[in-house]
Amino acid sequence: MDMSAATRMEAERSAPVTAQGLPAKVVARDVNVFYGEKHALKHVDVDIPDRGVTAFIGPSGCGKSTFLRCINRMNDTIASCKVTGKITIDNRDIYDPSLDVVQLRARVGMVFQKPNPFPKSIFDNVAYGPKIHGLARTKSELEAIVTASLEKAGLWSEVKDRLGDSGTGLSGGQQQRLCIARAIAVNPDVILMDEPCSALDPIATAKVETLIDELRANYCIIIVTHSMQQAARVSQRTAFFHLGTLVEEGPTERIFSTPRDQRTQDYITGRTG
Amino acid sequence: MTDLTVTSVPSRSVQFDSAEMTARVKRRYRSERRFKALGGGALLLTAVFVLAVLLDIAFKGLPAFTQHYLVLDVPVKAEIVDPKGARNPDDLRSADYFAVMREALTAAVPGIEGRVAKKKLTGLLSSGAGNDLRDRIAADPSLIGTTVKVPLLLSDGADLYLKGQQTAVSTIPGRGTATPSDTKGDITILASANDFADDLVAVKKTLAARIEDLQVRLQRAEARGESQASEAASLKEEIVALAARVDQPAVAENLDEKMPSLLVSINGGLVKLNTISNDSATGTVILPLNTIDEARPLDWSVVTYAKPESNRKTSDIEVAYLEKLKADGNVESRFNTIFFTHGDSREAEQAGILGSLVGSVLMLIVTLSLALPFGVLAAVYLEEFAPKNKFTNLIEININNLAAVPSIVFGLLGLAVFLNFFGLPRSAPLVGGLVLALMVLPTIIIAARASMKAVPPSIKEAALGVGASHQQAIFHHVLPLATPGIMTGTIIGMAHALGETAPLLMIGMLAFIVDVPQGLTDPATALPAQIYIWSDLPEQAFEAKTAAAIMVLLGVLLLMNGMAIWLRSKFERRW
Ligand SMILES: Nc1ncnc2c1ncn2[C@@H]1O[C@H](COP(=O)(O)OP(=O)(O)OP(=O)(O)O)[C@@H](O)[C@H]1O
Ligand SMILES: [Mg+2]
Repeated sequence: MDMSAATRMEAERSAPVTAQGLPAKVVARDVNVFYGEKHALKHVDVDIPDRGVTAFIGPSGCGKSTFLRCINRMNDTIASCKVTGKITIDNRDIYDPSLDVVQLRARVGMVFQKPNPFPKSIFDNVAYGPKIHGLARTKSELEAIVTASLEKAGLWSEVKDRLGDSGTGLSGGQQQRLCIARAIAVNPDVILMDEPCSALDPIATAKVETLIDELRANYCIIIVTHSMQQAARVSQRTAFFHLGTLVEEGPTERIFSTPRDQRTQDYITGRTG
Repeated sequence: MTDLTVTSVPSRSVQFDSAEMTARVKRRYRSERRFKALGGGALLLTAVFVLAVLLDIAFKGLPAFTQHYLVLDVPVKAEIVDPKGARNPDDLRSADYFAVMREALTAAVPGIEGRVAKKKLTGLLSSGAGNDLRDRIAADPSLIGTTVKVPLLLSDGADLYLKGQQTAVSTIPGRGTATPSDTKGDITILASANDFADDLVAVKKTLAARIEDLQVRLQRAEARGESQASEAASLKEEIVALAARVDQPAVAENLDEKMPSLLVSINGGLVKLNTISNDSATGTVILPLNTIDEARPLDWSVVTYAKPESNRKTSDIEVAYLEKLKADGNVESRFNTIFFTHGDSREAEQAGILGSLVGSVLMLIVTLSLALPFGVLAAVYLEEFAPKNKFTNLIEININNLAAVPSIVFGLLGLAVFLNFFGLPRSAPLVGGLVLALMVLPTIIIAARASMKAVPPSIKEAALGVGASHQQAIFHHVLPLATPGIMTGTIIGMAHALGETAPLLMIGMLAFIVDVPQGLTDPATALPAQIYIWSDLPEQAFEAKTAAAIMVLLGVLLLMNGMAIWLRSKFERRW
């Protein structure tokens, strides 16, 4: 915790600054992704600010998930996938061979489209990350981390009496918040969310959105969404992808009010996609 | 909107019972019925076959779980058992217990004379009959000089007879009086009321049946022509002679061993008849009579052993002894503990399943402790870590092929590698287990890979997402979730290994081994090998042993499957 705070401070001194003057956390330069022969992502350049929510929007198959998975190198698990270009987090090249991917993923949490709790108890779900990273030395420390994470994820009041129950026995919305709790339990800097609400009803969605809004004060959050409304509600910046290219990126209000590109215009008004 | 549809579109109500629709529905119903009937029929047929097999095995095998004993008062005489009087345990163990048993037996069936008859009497006992007595005396020498009531193991033939698998015995009380001429030796019995007439008719009938048989043979011989002419002539003579006997209903007849045996129980003794006429019979005394007094009606009887003596293992004399011992209450049927506590033996009544059962268990322990870890680790490596290239592809294909290799090939491999090259001992469960481990390895690898593939990838991604290393993701999450499937595959493999005989053939485990193996390198055999060995033996008693051994094998299999189910449910609850 101390260390990540130190690195963050150091990063803030030298980090590039986005157009709005926010410190950039994740910086991508000329990122290309290939699935075998298929060129799925083309020349993506983007600066993503810390302590804010950035939304990725775009039609299906345009490469949002692909780019998201580049940021925690989840694409490494796909044998056919090749990534070129440079992505830095706090000025550190995350594709540097000397960087341990496990260390990276501990700092870049991920929440998936479909809630995927481990088929273990609620407690174990949240405690798993801290355990393997040695974040807690004693049982009470571990309990403190689990409690804090569940509280941050807004799930504590609902599950505090049944921490021993299976995580898969929760409702879809609760499961997704459990996954968020699990992601923040390892105290990451960046949280990636790939359509976190697509499997949820409006009430659960509202809860998750509130949660994201609260988390923004402490984390760099990137969220992929198909809902313009959601992007408008939760994000400060929005990036629009189309056919593997990043078409435009900017403050959310501007993208939705005065898009510069015709394709963005068409997409947000519902003419394509 | 409703107005619009009503005005612009003609009514479109669905015609549920149009001819075309009904026909289609009927056709569908017919095909569904047909499918149901076929499925049900297949199920029924399978059930019938399985039931038939199980019932057959059960009926054949159940008698093997009991064993008959002679319970006699045995006087343990010191001068026979311990002539030195030193009460030395080693001497007591090697003493002649057969002599004391023989004494007890002659006391139970008194009046037997002649070497042959005496031999038949003692032959009822198993050669291991004295073991129990010996153990008791050796453990408690103070019994010497007293009379001990001990169960003496009967031989397999006697046991089979008492289990009712040899001949039916029927008794018809005499209507008139009967008078024996003597109490022992060859005697004549005179009956006042033609008591043997019915039996004589029956004898003549068997003769008539014999003529028919001979005629068939005669025809066959004649059809062959010259080469068999002499045989045809002798057959003809025989037929004529027999016909003469049949044609004279009142003339006395000789009985032979191809006819049902006739005996007379009279004055406390038993006489085996050799010739009968309507009112008299001659025969040999088997059990001596008390007197030569005239026996009143109903006090004596004609006893028939329905199966001809030549068609059964137990001779008339033995049947007579056993019937007497049974009537005196000296025979007892007990649960056959020997079957579960002894190794193999040439004597059916002393043969047990324990040796092969222990052999099988030792082998399975070796197999499991090698095949499971190797199989699972190989599966994990191939599924998750191996680079995808030509070499790993080749390995994969070979593993799949290996699962289909005939098991005898593994036996040959075992012979060549483990016995000849490494010089491991023959017939050892260690080698058997190694060979079987090779055999089930592909099964376990395939099952483990399949069940790991079946774990949703989202679980692995979730683990990677919170910063678990690849290995941690596999061992903390994927493997535990795949465990039930791996277990099922392992149990199937183990069951397969348990029932395998062919590879054991090559490494010398299909052998007659008396001792129960004490370790992994002791010579041993396995359950299926034991079943095969017993099924091949001519003694009838081994037939039941074979079926009983099959029951034990099936029992072990059921136990293994039950354990798998239990483990599975336990595992699934924890997760
Ligand atoms: N594992 C893969 N192997 C091959 N091609 C892939 C793989 N994953 C994605 N692609 C391709 O890459 C392109 C981008 O996919 P991606 O999943 O990033 O789209 P997306 O923007 O997330 O779409 P959606 O909104 O539907 O989730 C698609 O054309 C897809 O077919
Ligand atoms: Mg996607």
